[in-house]
Amino acid sequence: MATSKNTDRRGFLKGAAALAGAAPIALAPQSVLAQTAAAAPAETPARTVEVLTNERPGADFMMDVIKSLGIEYAAANPASSCRGLHESMINYGGNKSPELLTALHEESSVAMAHGYAKIEGKPLIAMVHGTVGTQHAAMAIYNAWCDRVPAIVILGNETDATARRSFVEWTHAAQDAAAIIRDYTKWDDNPTSLQHFAESLVRAYRIAMTPPMGPVAIIANAKLQEEPIEEKGLRVPKLTPVLHPVGDSGAILETARMLVNAENPVIVAGRMTHNQAGMTLLAELADTLQAPVNDQRNRVNIASSHPFYNTGNVVNADVILALEVEDIFMLTHRMSQLNRIGMEPPKKIIKDTCKVVSISSVELFQRSNYQDFARYNEVDMAIPGDAQATLPLLIEACKKLITGDRRAAMQARGAKLTAQYKKNKETALTEATLGWDSSPLTPARISAELWAQIRNEDWSLVGNDMFFGRWPSRLWDFEKHYQFIGGSGGEGVGYGAPAAVGAALANRKYGRLTVNIQNDGDLNYAPGVLWTAVHHNIPLLSIMNNNRGYHQEVMFVTTMAARANRDVTRAGIGTKLDKPYIDYATMAKTYGMTGIGPITDPKDVGPAIKRAIEVVKAGEPVLIDTVTQGRG
Amino acid sequence: MKKTILFLATLAVSVAAALAQNAAPAGNAENGKKLWVKNNCYSCHGYEGHGGSVGPKLAPKPISMVAFMAIVRHPPQSTMPTFTARVISDSDLRDMWAYLNAIPAAPAYKDVPLLNAIQ
Repeated sequence: MATSKNTDRRGFLKGAAALAGAAPIALAPQSVLAQTAAAAPAETPARTVEVLTNERPGADFMMDVIKSLGIEYAAANPASSCRGLHESMINYGGNKSPELLTALHEESSVAMAHGYAKIEGKPLIAMVHGTVGTQHAAMAIYNAWCDRVPAIVILGNETDATARRSFVEWTHAAQDAAAIIRDYTKWDDNPTSLQHFAESLVRAYRIAMTPPMGPVAIIANAKLQEEPIEEKGLRVPKLTPVLHPVGDSGAILETARMLVNAENPVIVAGRMTHNQAGMTLLAELADTLQAPVNDQRNRVNIASSHPFYNTGNVVNADVILALEVEDIFMLTHRMSQLNRIGMEPPKKIIKDTCKVVSISSVELFQRSNYQDFARYNEVDMAIPGDAQATLPLLIEACKKLITGDRRAAMQARGAKLTAQYKKNKETALTEATLGWDSSPLTPARISAELWAQIRNEDWSLVGNDMFFGRWPSRLWDFEKHYQFIGGSGGEGVGYGAPAAVGAALANRKYGRLTVNIQNDGDLNYAPGVLWTAVHHNIPLLSIMNNNRGYHQEVMFVTTMAARANRDVTRAGIGTKLDKPYIDYATMAKTYGMTGIGPITDPKDVGPAIKRAIEVVKAGEPVLIDTVTQGRG
Repeated sequence: MKKTILFLATLAVSVAAALAQNAAPAGNAENGKKLWVKNNCYSCHGYEGHGGSVGPKLAPKPISMVAFMAIVRHPPQSTMPTFTARVISDSDLRDMWAYLNAIPAAPAYKDVPLLNAIQ
């Protein structure tokens, strides 16, 4: 609320009659005062002055709270409902911790937060309009939810209907702004005072960071942001360290017995590792048991150079240990394929005698509407708890139970697994030669060209290789947790480019060479994030997987046409990005980024990567457009 | 089990039918290359039939034309669609097989410096 003051009581009384009934007058701008000073009479009429400045808006206190959480960045497409917080962030907060990142789409803001968190292990803020901005951001929030990644979404909203100044402010206001994302956020709140905001934001941070991690939303009421602080005794609440829940000790002991006595145990790791310590622990468990680890590639759970990496086969397993695996049903069953009419009952692919143990934090928190929880996990033991936090207990229990006989059996098993690992590598290398000189390029060729030039760097792959035939995962040595961040979680397309930029931002301060495999369909959702990378000097090498279409859908529509005994040659309608082809190098240049390509000759890939790495090492982003096979 | 027998019986009939067509002229590889793209076979199996994460490798050294045609007509449990003669004719299948059969052998990975450096 603005305040009125009498600048001169004597003058006011003199001029009161003239001004009676008139609206308060604002002070003239400084330049106008200067021009009229010479002609001014000795005594001027008194004026009532409404003070329209407020040097301590509520948003400043909001910034105090945000700063207390150590959040490095806030990504935002400017929104009028966030204008108070925006201004406080750049002036009162000094545009540092958090630094404001200019995003060109709210989906990009949240996806940048998503990619950043998977490298840095903590959230950044996405600041969005409570209505239209939240609608734009929704899919990216859903991806973060499915991927169990923390993000703090601040929704600007004018809650007080009498404070809305225009029809636009009515269309950009909501009674319950977080309603449209509540099904896929861990928590939200609509604070009605500054102290309420403070406690809710700190609470939200704790909730986001407690496994299963996930996005949270806090509404920043526009009036609270913009009006002067009037509340007394405001304080920033304390944030205590977030501890990860450990599984039940009795259940862990029983699991250890099963694993130690198993002949063919298989460890399957989903979204297990939070950091390098998680990788070290999983390798220790694998070494202790001489057991294979199948990494679902949602994170780097175990080094791909580990001799037991991806050497397990659940079909032959007598015990399966699933660590933060969300869809155990599809791990242990097969459904009817799309080339069959109708659905046959699911086929169990594991032995009837096989025991399945799950350790998962997702058991601790689920929602019901969106079906990301998958089919019921009919396991032999479900242990609620964070798998990484539980591993030390499990490793210790296993070590205590291993007898001399069991150790000998395990070592024999380990030797077989090592042989299997070598065989897998040979197979990958042999298959990589197929189509080596093809145009369009094979993902195997591009992956080999990339690896040759990054392997001696401190590198980080921040793009998913799922649509790239998993070739980097098959050929490269992933030994650090930041060297791969998996996919989007919810498979919502449009995640790739902004998540890569967010991850590259997190990598920047460590001087890592960040590489992104960028799918063409994905980039076209919100390509403006290329500009964000340039504007904020975020070094990133993006190499296009430009297969000129949505080839998953080409396959599906072809299958549907074949099932219907109709023309399969028309499956490209609505699925292919041709006539014209999109020129991604030119697109990059339009956003101020170095663009190379399109490249159709495999011999040109190596030199292009060499040039691109030079650009990235100079601190800039670069994009190479490579025209690729339909599906890797 | 019943389904396996049914599949084998179907396969046998298909093989017999295909054998009967052996008298047909050899396929046209050049036309087969165009048909390979036009019918979206490349989408799963790669432009040169080298395979991918969805479709298996078919070339170089494809399976026999008879087996190839039998699988296209009656695919086993996989994601491979069933293509009847109404969708892709026998003649077109022969051309596509001829294309796959003409694809040269890949080099050994030890002869590819980038791959040899990985092992």
